[in-house]
Amino acid sequence: MGGEVVLLDFWASPFGMRARIALAEKGVKYEYREENLANKGELLLKSNPVYKKIPVLIHDGKSLSESLIIVQYIDEVWKNPPLLPEDAYERAVARFWADFADKKLYDSGTKIWKSKGEAQASAVKEFIENLKILEGALGDEPFFGGEKLGFVDVMVVPFVCWFHAYEVHGGFSVAAECPKIDAWAKRCMERESVSKALQDPEKILEFVGFLKKKYGVE
Amino acid sequence: MAKKEHKVRLLGTWRSRFVHRVRLALKLKGIEYEYIEEDLKNKSPLLLESNPVYKKVPVLIHGNNVVSESMVILEYIDETWSENPLMPQDPYDRAITRFWSKFIDDKCLAPIRTVLLTDGEEQEKAMKEAKEALKTLERGLKGKFFGGEVIGFVDIAASCLSIWSEVLGEVIGTKFIDSEKLPHLHSWIEEFTSIDLVKESFPPYDKLFASYKALREDHLAAKFSQN
Repeated sequence: MGGEVVLLDFWASPFGMRARIALAEKGVKYEYREENLANKGELLLKSNPVYKKIPVLIHDGKSLSESLIIVQYIDEVWKNPPLLPEDAYERAVARFWADFADKKLYDSGTKIWKSKGEAQASAVKEFIENLKILEGALGDEPFFGGEKLGFVDVMVVPFVCWFHAYEVHGGFSVAAECPKIDAWAKRCMERESVSKALQDPEKILEFVGFLKKKYGVE
Repeated sequence: MAKKEHKVRLLGTWRSRFVHRVRLALKLKGIEYEYIEEDLKNKSPLLLESNPVYKKVPVLIHGNNVVSESMVILEYIDETWSENPLMPQDPYDRAITRFWSKFIDDKCLAPIRTVLLTDGEEQEKAMKEAKEALKTLERGLKGKFFGGEVIGFVDIAASCLSIWSEVLGEVIGTKFIDSEKLPHLHSWIEEFTSIDLVKESFPPYDKLFASYKALREDHLAAKFSQN
């Protein structure tokens, strides 16, 4: 449990935010290192040779990548408070929804600002559909984890600071389409671990503008 | 919470690599179950009800518990029937196990499927991608198997690369995993498929070959008729 913890990350990355929230929830002290993704550092390339991406968690000299895997590792090493439930079936349900968020939210959200016209309209429709499915999974509980923030909440909540950028580019409103998700997002933001990890939505919107220029999407 | 003794059912299709993973895990754990073959062109009410999000197989139904997505199912099986664990105990080893399992799904399977269903430049590009991914995957081998000296979680995840890569390779007239370019993975296939329980779990080679050959032909014909 001892040993140095370093997180290689990028300020705007929702995947990095997942790791930040998990570490904060567990009260783990760590060194945050901002990576320049246009000019990746040697440590990043060495510690994630397969994907060369952030986030990378380095604990006691051993490195891990892929946010879904990093958060489960954090949960298993620093046991309190637990993010995954104890029961095997409830854990399977949590893993299912975390996997759904991984497969469906980021890609459909990205398509919204990377496309135009009909393709964009279709991306918006897909994103809203996916969000509504998640909203169904939330049900009437305050969090996906039930009474408290849990694994699925940590996996999904970073996308909340990207909603504004998706809304502006896609011409829709999350609050109007998915009021329960909107309420859940506000509830999560009341936790310091979340509010400190998430970025200002205006800064994310500005960053998306920069990305659009970079990818030649106008 | 379902007890171990509760009835286990598995919705699947005989050909599916993902269903096979689950069947192999159940076999290795000695778990009795009822297998239900699904017709994906005419999905049963049970399938649609138990996997409304993806409407896909495999789906494991254990008492009142319904689990879908093959890797989620594998962890559920391992945690519910915890004797002879498939996952290692140490958190870092578990993370590495999950990493390679995810790598197989994210990076190896899609290009292999594309190779099967395309030709020309598109197929060449996918083949290059597949071989690069498989070369990277070799790094995950810890001796004879991904699990070390005995098979483990990643070996089960990788079962889709054993007989399936041979069949798909034969359908298109090539070898995905040849002994020269991918010697370690090639040895792994030999070791893995020589285990009786594993060998017994595979669908018949000839049936797989005929089915994938037909799939390829149908796909290419559909593409051709669109042009």
